[in-house]
Amino acid sequence: MYAQMVKTAGHGIKPRDRMTPQERAFQDRIDAGEKIEPKDWMPDEYRATLIRQIGQHAHSEIVGQLPEGNWITRAPTLERKAILLAKVQDEAGHGLYLYSACETLGVSRDELIAMLHAGKMKYSSIFNYPTLNWADIGAVGWLVDGAAIMNQVQLQKTSYGPYARAMVRICKEESFHQRQGFSIMMKMAAGTPAQKRMAQDALNRLWFPSLMMFGPPDKDSAHTAQSMAWKIKINTNDELRQRFVDQTVPQIDYLGLERPDPDLKWNPDKADGKGGFDYSDPDWAEFFAVLKGNGPCNTDRMKARVDAWEQGAWVRDGLSAHAAKRAARSAQQTAAQ
Amino acid sequence: MSSEWPLFEVFIRGQHGLSHRHVGSLHAPDAEMALKNARDVYTRRNEGVSIWVVESARITASSPGDKGPLYAPSESKIYRHPTFYDIPDDVEAM
Repeated sequence: MYAQMVKTAGHGIKPRDRMTPQERAFQDRIDAGEKIEPKDWMPDEYRATLIRQIGQHAHSEIVGQLPEGNWITRAPTLERKAILLAKVQDEAGHGLYLYSACETLGVSRDELIAMLHAGKMKYSSIFNYPTLNWADIGAVGWLVDGAAIMNQVQLQKTSYGPYARAMVRICKEESFHQRQGFSIMMKMAAGTPAQKRMAQDALNRLWFPSLMMFGPPDKDSAHTAQSMAWKIKINTNDELRQRFVDQTVPQIDYLGLERPDPDLKWNPDKADGKGGFDYSDPDWAEFFAVLKGNGPCNTDRMKARVDAWEQGAWVRDGLSAHAAKRAARSAQQTAAQ
Repeated sequence: MSSEWPLFEVFIRGQHGLSHRHVGSLHAPDAEMALKNARDVYTRRNEGVSIWVVESARITASSPGDKGPLYAPSESKIYRHPTFYDIPDDVEAM
């Protein structure tokens, strides 16, 4: 999930009898499946929670370019390089769709970026792990984008119109990301013994961080209920995590790799008899440490973002100056006519 | 800190013969750059044959509160729809 541990504003779920008539009408619209649009009235807590969630989602797309961008110049073939470039460019686009959606809630782009740089807003924990070799690029596309899709598909039904529409666009484009990753994994898993070892190593290292993307277990997610009532979260963390595990284990087997967790076993009794894979919990202490800023790459990632912003200031200023000059000149010409 | 670039709304004609459709928005220093950015952000997969950009501040929009006065009057005018009229089957195509 690209938005983890989004703190819902307010104090837990509000019972209907304590809502104002306006809040009740708002909840009725959501219950009826209507979309909320930027100019519609909405509770302050709904707005604040969405700014956090969409903002964090946008930041994740942008920061998510860094681990993959790291391998563009070292892709093994020209074709793989072109594919990776296209994927990283997509991530930039996804970040832009989401920033735009977030801005409709009354926060500016610059404010969002300033909050990220000041550490007041977060991005997904997954991007604080390094990409050590080419197999990691395969595993990131396959697992990380796979987990992101799992989250984003349900968010296409979210109650806030601009967010839902951004999700539709993103989901359409994202499926290529996962498939290109799996295609790298297929190639390496069928390659030399050394290549297969790299593929296995990448899977082993990225498996648990991928499970963490869905956020903490439901029993520890205090904020889920209100967000689900508002339909800005459609499924719980554990539901999505289970779905991801069930989808991915057969793919691991298909690749001929070893399952990265000895507890990954089919359990026919899970999900009321429908069955599902048992799995070990990720190390939640590690998850919270990474979120706090103590992951392997937190400092590097933030430095790269802040440097890009600061060192790009002259370009933004220059283009603004150019636009202002041209506008002034064209106004002068109009006046002279 | 430098000031933020203005926001532009982006409209794309998906295919010849269709009208332009709103696809999203973006920031740019001026309309010319907005067009270039729109091409990169919104047409990476052949989504369009033509792009319009317009500064968001220039758009005048109706407000959700006006829904009643704006659209309620047409609700009762069902005679504006072809199905209002009972034409016998014998008349055939009409």
